[in-house]
Amino acid sequence: MAGLAKGRLSTVAAALVVARRDFSAILFSRSFIFFLIGPLFPILVGLMAGSVGDHVQKVDDSPEIGVMMPSDQADRLMTAHRAMQSHMDGALPDFRLMERREVPQAEAQRALQRTHGNLAAIVSGTLESPVLTGPNERIQEWQGPIELVTARALQADPAKVSAVRLAPIATTTRADIRHGQVMTAQAGQMLLFLLTMLLAGMVLSNLVEEKGNKIIEVLAAAIPMDAVFLGKLFAMLAVSMVGIAVWGAAGVGVRLLAGSAMPHLDTPAIGWPSFIGLGIVYFAMAYLLLGTLFLTIGSMAATVREVQTLSMPVTMLQLFVFFFASYAMAKPGSLMEVLAVSIPFSSPYAMLARAAVDPALWPHLAALAWQGAWVGIFVRIGATIFRRRVMKSGAASGRAGRPGLWDRLAGRRQAA
Amino acid sequence: MDLGEWAAVGNADSGARPLAIEARGLVKRFDGFTAVDGIDLTVPEGSIYGILGPNGAGKTTTLRMLLGIIDPDEGVRRVLGHERPHEIAGQIGYLPEERGLYPAMKAYDAIAFLGSLRGLPLREGRRRGRELLEAHGLGYAADRQIRQLSKGMAQQVQLLGTLVHHPRLVIFDEPFSGLDALNQGKLERMIRGLADNGTTVIFSTHVIAHAERMCDEVAIIAGGKVPFAGPVDVARDRIPPQVMLETRAGDGAWRAAIPADARVARKASGATQWQFSLPPSGVEPLLRALIEGDAGILSLSIERAGLHDAFVAIAGEAAARALEENPEEQR
Repeated sequence: MAGLAKGRLSTVAAALVVARRDFSAILFSRSFIFFLIGPLFPILVGLMAGSVGDHVQKVDDSPEIGVMMPSDQADRLMTAHRAMQSHMDGALPDFRLMERREVPQAEAQRALQRTHGNLAAIVSGTLESPVLTGPNERIQEWQGPIELVTARALQADPAKVSAVRLAPIATTTRADIRHGQVMTAQAGQMLLFLLTMLLAGMVLSNLVEEKGNKIIEVLAAAIPMDAVFLGKLFAMLAVSMVGIAVWGAAGVGVRLLAGSAMPHLDTPAIGWPSFIGLGIVYFAMAYLLLGTLFLTIGSMAATVREVQTLSMPVTMLQLFVFFFASYAMAKPGSLMEVLAVSIPFSSPYAMLARAAVDPALWPHLAALAWQGAWVGIFVRIGATIFRRRVMKSGAASGRAGRPGLWDRLAGRRQAA
Repeated sequence: MDLGEWAAVGNADSGARPLAIEARGLVKRFDGFTAVDGIDLTVPEGSIYGILGPNGAGKTTTLRMLLGIIDPDEGVRRVLGHERPHEIAGQIGYLPEERGLYPAMKAYDAIAFLGSLRGLPLREGRRRGRELLEAHGLGYAADRQIRQLSKGMAQQVQLLGTLVHHPRLVIFDEPFSGLDALNQGKLERMIRGLADNGTTVIFSTHVIAHAERMCDEVAIIAGGKVPFAGPVDVARDRIPPQVMLETRAGDGAWRAAIPADARVARKASGATQWQFSLPPSGVEPLLRALIEGDAGILSLSIERAGLHDAFVAIAGEAAARALEENPEEQR
């Protein structure tokens, strides 16, 4: 057997064996497909909800104003309305020509109640003295536009509109830039949060499945448990990188196809290439911190139910961290922001937001060093707990008298 | 125990045959319960060694300590000359009691993966995996996923994965459980084949017949202790041979030669049956007393105790002793 290792694999080599197995198994599994299309669901739901909402709003917000004036005046009013509506971008409601006769205000009120369609008010009287009848909020809102249209109708040529030549200036105000970059920061944080939660959940279920398959004892007998921990952690990171590459390619494709129809995000302060690069690194940091926590939890749990019980507080904590980082973003330079940047779990979110609004690069180097140190500490602690706990829970050692979840959390050991 | 002192003991025990495993005073406690309580083991290289014990005796915990899956709270172990079993993981094969493979893996790939955990390159593992499956009549299942195999077939695949890297020491935890009679026979032949090639095989079982047929030496574990460890013949000899006697007469002066605790049964024919352990003085004084006392010997046989009887006696004594020593913990 020339060339065969007869000692043992190093931790790194063993971690690679585990990572390679996990990576290929996950990549060709259904869960990866769900991982890929997972983020589409909130987007689709958002788009559908938006579209339905728009439609409902459109129906609701297309009220008409009935015109009840002497016919020659009504004609002038309609002509003036047509001429102005196209220039006022929806600010003028539609006009509907009603029966051309003079009516008292009471008749207009009755007409509003019995007429089908979307009649919301009636303009009657004369052009010199128009009367707008309708619910108070409506007529308050339309008083100005109706005065404009009646004034236009009194002109010699109601259809004539003076074209205004636009002279835009190239400068955007500081407020515009800041607002756009904050939107970009929020989008970045949201994406980071979604990805991290999705992956940490996957790494946890992967471990529980492994314990269910009773493979963990085979692994424990052959390679260091630190290697199992690291292999699983980094396999999922590699899977996520594939996912990000697929999403990135799909995003570029959609952007090219949809062009300006796509929602626009302002360029972050450090520029898109650096922002995307930092986003990937911050994602890796956020995932490694959270994934370590979830793997450690998974090592202590024997069943899916126990995993859910244990991971719920962490998920809640992660939500809190996300909201905290989002809140801190709105208070640059404050103690809140310093805390958000310093606390390891919120630091990647806070720093990604900072990258969107602040062009300085050096704080990111410092933050990455800080986060990297914490990743090292967490992985070390997590791997130690994993090594001690993983063979003490689950079916491999689960005989009569197995202590409960809280006994294990309290560090009480159990018989194998 | 000091390592130097222990090494000296190990060398003394080893004699001419090198030892695959030496363990001294292994103790493992879980949450106040002592699962393994000062176990000593010496397993000669190239032997087939059985670890026998009732359920919950501490067999699996002992094997896990020998493999380095868990560390002992006290005591020392040396596996193939190494104090840290993980350092020589490439020379060890292990089949745990709770079998487990990745359900989506193909059979040959599962074997290769198990080999790769022990340092065998994947490509070589895949080649050997196919060869092993073919050699054991499972070639047709090489490309099937584990989830598509029967439980027995999956078990065989895992067994082959345990051996794919040609280990020097193989540890099987309850290898016969879940196998049908045919496959148990196959496994016995495989274990003998491994030993013939110089591989040390240790297996735990609570089915004594397998150990009796195959093992050179056994350790009986009961209540976390090892009341016996040594060759199978020596274990049998711990139980005195049983005398089965049938006499025409039921009483007489010759009764004094029969132990007081002998079991007695009257037959319908009027004859009397006796069963008792052969006295330390041997069979001659007994025969003389029977003949001279005119007991009327109808039949007499002396049966050597089987490993099963030895196991029951040794494990039973140990359990009773443990209960006397520590009634609270046993409860």
